[in-house]
Amino acid sequence: MVLTAQSILHRYGAITVLQAPDFELGEHEHCAVVGPSGSGKSTLLNVLAGILRPSVGSIVLEGDDLYPPAGRDDRWRGRRIGVVPQKLHLLASLSALDNVAIACHFAGTSELAAAPLLEQLGLADRVWAKPAELSLGEQQRVAIARAVVNHPRLLLADEPTSSLDDDNAQRVLDLLLKVAHTARALLVVATHDARIRARFARVIQLERPA
Amino acid sequence: MTAVGLVVAQMRRRPLQTVLGVALLALGIATLVFVVVVQSQLTRQLERDARNIDLVVGAKGSPLQLVLSAVYQVDVPTGNVPLATVDLLRGNRLVRQAIPLAMGDSYRGFRIVGTEPAFLELHEAALASGRMWSAPMQAVVGSEVALETGLAPGAEFFGTHGIAEGGAVHEDARYRVVGVLARTQSVIDRLVLTDKASFWHVHEGDAVDEAERRILEAEREVTAILVRYASPMGAAIVPRQINAESRLQAASPASEIARLFAVVGVGIETMRGFAWILVGSSLLALFVTLFNALEERRYDIAIMRLVGASSARVAGLLLLEAWLLAGVALALGLALGVAAVAVVGSWLAEARAFSLSASAIGPAMGLVVTVALAVATLAAVLPAWRAARMDVSRVLAMG
Repeated sequence: MVLTAQSILHRYGAITVLQAPDFELGEHEHCAVVGPSGSGKSTLLNVLAGILRPSVGSIVLEGDDLYPPAGRDDRWRGRRIGVVPQKLHLLASLSALDNVAIACHFAGTSELAAAPLLEQLGLADRVWAKPAELSLGEQQRVAIARAVVNHPRLLLADEPTSSLDDDNAQRVLDLLLKVAHTARALLVVATHDARIRARFARVIQLERPA
Repeated sequence: MTAVGLVVAQMRRRPLQTVLGVALLALGIATLVFVVVVQSQLTRQLERDARNIDLVVGAKGSPLQLVLSAVYQVDVPTGNVPLATVDLLRGNRLVRQAIPLAMGDSYRGFRIVGTEPAFLELHEAALASGRMWSAPMQAVVGSEVALETGLAPGAEFFGTHGIAEGGAVHEDARYRVVGVLARTQSVIDRLVLTDKASFWHVHEGDAVDEAERRILEAEREVTAILVRYASPMGAAIVPRQINAESRLQAASPASEIARLFAVVGVGIETMRGFAWILVGSSLLALFVTLFNALEERRYDIAIMRLVGASSARVAGLLLLEAWLLAGVALALGLALGVAAVAVVGSWLAEARAFSLSASAIGPAMGLVVTVALAVATLAAVLPAWRAARMDVSRVLAMG
């Protein structure tokens, strides 16, 4: 198995915000995480991204515990996990190119891959534009490029189509599937969109914790 | 994208805070550089000028004035004492050396001192060019005098009565320069030296007959006598012997300068304290700058964590930012401090007093660089620790 999640539960104080079923993903497996509002879809993606240590449970990616008991040694995280957040979260002070290059910088990989990747995503003439100068669709492609530039094994996307019409939603999902395929990454998409859910054979259903 | 490039891009988002933080730290560093350099150079110079001089003998008056005028050449002499005092001291078995100084004239603000070759040995001065005087009205000039006035072996000049510029010129007494001294970084650099007999030649004029000549010779005086003891016992006995004489007083450079520092030292210590207060304020300012930067950039830092920056890496970036700010402040502070030393040095040079060199800041450099880096590191510790412990998912959710 490439990814194993066991007994994942997260609390804020006394309130449980996430209780996920155990699941495993093998090579070339993609899945959708679905559930009602407040069921913890974004929380689960944060846990899978390695930025939110769960109160209980373990995540193992390619044999490595994402949250080892002795503390968080997360230096390898940037090379193995790519995230396309719902709010995109681009750095306003950097150009599109630097927003992608920064992921290489932190992962310790070559930044030369950033420009060709943006070119492949149709942003060849927008590489020096700041996020504020880009359209929402362009920003989304920059965020996708940033997530896949290090060829991660796990690609996470949080509600990637929430603000898009039908055509654009399908286009973005096609793009995610394509880059995940090219990067040989597992794709996990959190969504409440039935159109997206229908594209995945594997679905992880979350329920609002009691 | 380098780490420095990333930090600079972040700093450019809040230019005013960055500039103010750097400016405050630069001012603290400049003050520290100025105080440390001035204090260390003045102390060193005072010690060097008084080296090998155990006692100064001169006319009654202020002992501090006697030391300042005879050792450091920065005050008016207290008066003259009979030449016979020199022989009296040389006959004292507790005195190893007695060097007479005849003062009262100057050339373009530089004092002319009539003395003996032993005075040069006292200051370990060597000739850079020419030779020692061998007769009255021959002069050997210090390196600063030569540089400032252009006097060189073969040149001639007339002395001026008094130790300030603008006195009456002794037009009938022409000095001839026979040598120039190498730089010693002591008081001798600022002196025109000649045989003590030159002073009598200038001030006595010609005797009309042998009887008058004998009278003039008997009345000859010197301004001060620098004394070295033959044994430690001298310190206990010789000053008392001198002070028992009605016209004479003995002053110890070491105790007079200690007394001077007891007064002036308060000012120096105040300035030093002020510099440290400024450095402390800079520490707070830099801390506030970094802390505010962290608060403002929590979201950006969370994004960096999201795209793969480890917590140590984020802390490292904040530390790098602090060091970059400190580096710029250090460069500016050093430049400002050196400029201030150069300005004060030029004032002192015009007053023919102590010499301050802006280029001799070497010993202060280590302290200043250490202080700047320590301040930057201290200021960055808490923000870096908070950045490393940030709840990334919560900050992103709020962003």
